[in-house]
Amino acid sequence: MSHSTVPRSRAEADTPTKTPTASGGTTGRRDTGRQGRIGFWVRLRRDRTLLLMTLPAVLLVLVFNYVPILGNVVAFQDYDPYLSDNGFVAMLQSPWVGIEQFQRVFEDSQFWHAVQNTFVLFFLQLLLFFPVPIVLALLINSVIRPRVRAVAQAIMYLPHFFSWVLVVTVFQQIFGGAGVIAQTLADHGVNGFDVMTDPSTFKYLVTVQMIWKDAGWGIIVFLAALSSVSNDLYEAAAMDGAGRWRRMWHITLPALRPVIALLLVLRVGDALTVGFEQLLLQRQAVGPDASEVLDTYVWWNGIRNQDFSYAAAAGLIKGLVGLTLVLVANKVAHLMGEQGVYKK
Amino acid sequence: MSTVVDRPSLTEVAKKPSPWAAPPRPSWEEEPAKAGLAAKGIVLAFACFAILFPLWIVIVTSLSSKKTIDETGGLVVIPKDITFIAYQELLSGGQVQRAALVSIGVTLVGTLFSMTVSVLCAYGLSRTGSLGHRWILMTLLATMFFGAGLIPTYLLVQALGLMDTYLALILPSAVSVFNILVLRGFFMGISPELIDSARIDGAGDWRILWKIVMPLSRAVLAVIALFYAVGYWSAWFNASIYLTDQDKMPLQNIMIQLVQKQERPVGLTTEINTGQLSALAIQMAVMVMALLPVAVLSPFVQRHFKKGMLTGAVKG
Repeated sequence: MSHSTVPRSRAEADTPTKTPTASGGTTGRRDTGRQGRIGFWVRLRRDRTLLLMTLPAVLLVLVFNYVPILGNVVAFQDYDPYLSDNGFVAMLQSPWVGIEQFQRVFEDSQFWHAVQNTFVLFFLQLLLFFPVPIVLALLINSVIRPRVRAVAQAIMYLPHFFSWVLVVTVFQQIFGGAGVIAQTLADHGVNGFDVMTDPSTFKYLVTVQMIWKDAGWGIIVFLAALSSVSNDLYEAAAMDGAGRWRRMWHITLPALRPVIALLLVLRVGDALTVGFEQLLLQRQAVGPDASEVLDTYVWWNGIRNQDFSYAAAAGLIKGLVGLTLVLVANKVAHLMGEQGVYKK
Repeated sequence: MSTVVDRPSLTEVAKKPSPWAAPPRPSWEEEPAKAGLAAKGIVLAFACFAILFPLWIVIVTSLSSKKTIDETGGLVVIPKDITFIAYQELLSGGQVQRAALVSIGVTLVGTLFSMTVSVLCAYGLSRTGSLGHRWILMTLLATMFFGAGLIPTYLLVQALGLMDTYLALILPSAVSVFNILVLRGFFMGISPELIDSARIDGAGDWRILWKIVMPLSRAVLAVIALFYAVGYWSAWFNASIYLTDQDKMPLQNIMIQLVQKQERPVGLTTEINTGQLSALAIQMAVMVMALLPVAVLSPFVQRHFKKGMLTGAVKG
């Protein structure tokens, strides 16, 4: 916001005292009139404590989120970590190779295989995972006994707080070669059941793990949207003769529409991220053919094989395509009259 | 946030229905069909069963004796005896105890650090007119749209000399912009009159934050602290790439080795090989140690989740 002509906030421009949501802007400091009268140094003096407070977080974000962006230059180099003990110096001394690394990436069939796996998993998650929280939320919302509702929610939220290591090991105990199902089948003479290491069904296993861990947590947003629907609407509709299903179709689902649109945009924008930790943990057990996605591909080539420049190039491709997806998804949301992640 | 609570009269308290009972439906709503109710119940029960049953097996097996486990041929579903021997062995020193202490330490220090940094930043940004407010907010928000990438981040941590230090487990993931936004949204909802009056009484920003804003935000602080704590407790990837020293590994990484890859715990190999201890019970006990803190803590904070998730909407 330019500080010469514009009022500090809408709240101040309209009524300086009571504007419930936007009033944070005037909290504590109600300067009379427009801010144009206050110079930069006066504002700096006035807000120095606030600025000081934001400093640690801003520094951390700058160091760990912004500085590494510059590090992506290694994608255009043939980075050799052994040139110097100091990584920065090694980076400066490494030879430049232009877009050679990118050419190598595009020529690698395993890269395209990872791309393919990424998209298969993304669409599978969209198809099988995405609707589950909506259905569960409608279900929970229709439970009217308060205690039943609270207990069911507590149980369903729980796995969200488990680490991926725990989720994968829990699944191992059920579906693994020594798991409960394999044990029961073996008792009845069927041997060799082990879904955890079966590459052909791996994509479904991954999706089920995801549903187990996070579908319950996904309910929250939808429940909040549902609780904001006025009961009067339902009553009026019932008076007009709308039955249970018609009320759901014409009142409940429209109320969920903005939330569904937002989550869909977020998901599409993040399409290239399909469960890095989860897949990395199981990479060894099922093999890279079934489990390699873009993120694990970068990890394997960079961290494992120490081919930093090559992996950085692959990571940069993923990052740029991802950013494009976010922007496109938002554009589409705006065109459809939804809000998306950020406003126009 | 503090509003006047309508206190129910004594007769109302006496008549208060059990929370398990269904409250009366509004008169316009038709009675639900029996089949529909049954279907709903079955789906709900199945969902809860699918979550709890695996946990039950893990817990029961960790508490079973070697004899029971051998008789069942593996995981125990119905408990026959209860013994804490697996836990005693794990907690009497050695690899797993060490890893658990590392995890507890990193989680406590990390959560305290993250909370301090995030609360300060959220308060610093909670006044929409303050100097640089918009720029700082944009700088933070932008990070939600892109990541620098694994390789550059790894090279940075290496160049900063953080390899094989616990700082590498805390600093790179210390700030969550989402959490800052949630806190900020909540702080902005606090009545400005309250803060103004404190200011007139001579309180500075530090005092206002400590004495007014934070006490009024206990619920959201609890939720965010839980988010951070769970993040640190569950993290294993950073340890797997930044640490090489086995003695520094946190519990999750030890769990990968012992449970997922079925390696024998250091120091207990002879007990397991000679049949005094069940390797399976040990594995399950490690899993219980990883899930217990989370499972115990999260339900307490549960009723605030909704608040925590939704005040994150970006304001100003």
